[in-house]
Amino acid sequence: MNDLIQAVSIFSAALAVGLGAIGPGLGEGRAVASAMEAIARQPEAAGTISRTLFVGLAMIETMAIYCLVIALLVLFANPFIK
Amino acid sequence: MKSPLTLEPLFTIGPVGITEPVVVSWAVIAFLAGLCALATRRLKLTPSKTQATLELIVSAIDSQIRDTMQSDPAPFRALIGSIFLFVLVSNWSSLIPGVEPATAHIETDAAMALIIFVATVASGIRTRGLGGYLATFAEPSWVMIPLNIVEQFTRTFSLIVRLFGNVMSGVFVIGIILTLAGLLVPIPLMALDLLTGTVQAYIFAILATVFIGAAVGERRKASADAPPKGAT
Repeated sequence: MNDLIQAVSIFSAALAVGLGAIGPGLGEGRAVASAMEAIARQPEAAGTISRTLFVGLAMIETMAIYCLVIALLVLFANPFIK
Repeated sequence: MKSPLTLEPLFTIGPVGITEPVVVSWAVIAFLAGLCALATRRLKLTPSKTQATLELIVSAIDSQIRDTMQSDPAPFRALIGSIFLFVLVSNWSSLIPGVEPATAHIETDAAMALIIFVATVASGIRTRGLGGYLATFAEPSWVMIPLNIVEQFTRTFSLIVRLFGNVMSGVFVIGIILTLAGLLVPIPLMALDLLTGTVQAYIFAILATVFIGAAVGERRKASADAPPKGAT
């Protein structure tokens, strides 16, 4: 039983990171594209735009990091494996 | 492979086990404090090269705080600046062979996020008063009160997990690559780690500024045209 749970945990950890990276990837792409466009239109506002962009990217990226932490919990601190 | 979530004590002082992140963070604190004490021992009106560099760092931090909070950076310079420098130096401490950055363990990040949480609440209460600060929880309407209270905790938690996840994943990936290919292969990833370390230190400090600014900020703008009692 434990072996089965371990195998499923490894598989689901990979699944969590792989699927969880799709959404933030798309989101960050959109955000960076819009920021590029905004800087091209208004180069004098580049400082403010890039600061806001960094903070926004960090927010989006957190979703992927959550998936990573869940994957690590499943791999290393799994409560169902004795 | 070693789990990134557990820690073994290096040695014990009495009943207290001392782990590696504690040693590394104290070393970083000692390094930063020693450097600043040495560099600011003889300050002159016409700055030397070291003093000019330090002034550059301080004025860069000042201008970031001023841009984000739209107010005088002086009360927050010490907290935000030292948090930024501490996170930056401990992220970069992985450059020394054998040293694992203190921020790659969740306890260090949790301690810093807790400091920011306390600083947010304290500066909110100091500028608005207890009633005024509590009133900001019902800001758009009273329906938002539970959501605003939950937000206080989730954003602190995400601050912890963001820094921990980024730094730890860098260390972890380098560990995995090292077991696969030894000699020169991890170097580009380590360079990427330096970049991530800088960006994460910046983001940690900026988010701390944003949180404290949100607890402090609107009252200052409002106090220009409204009496303090009706500000919130």
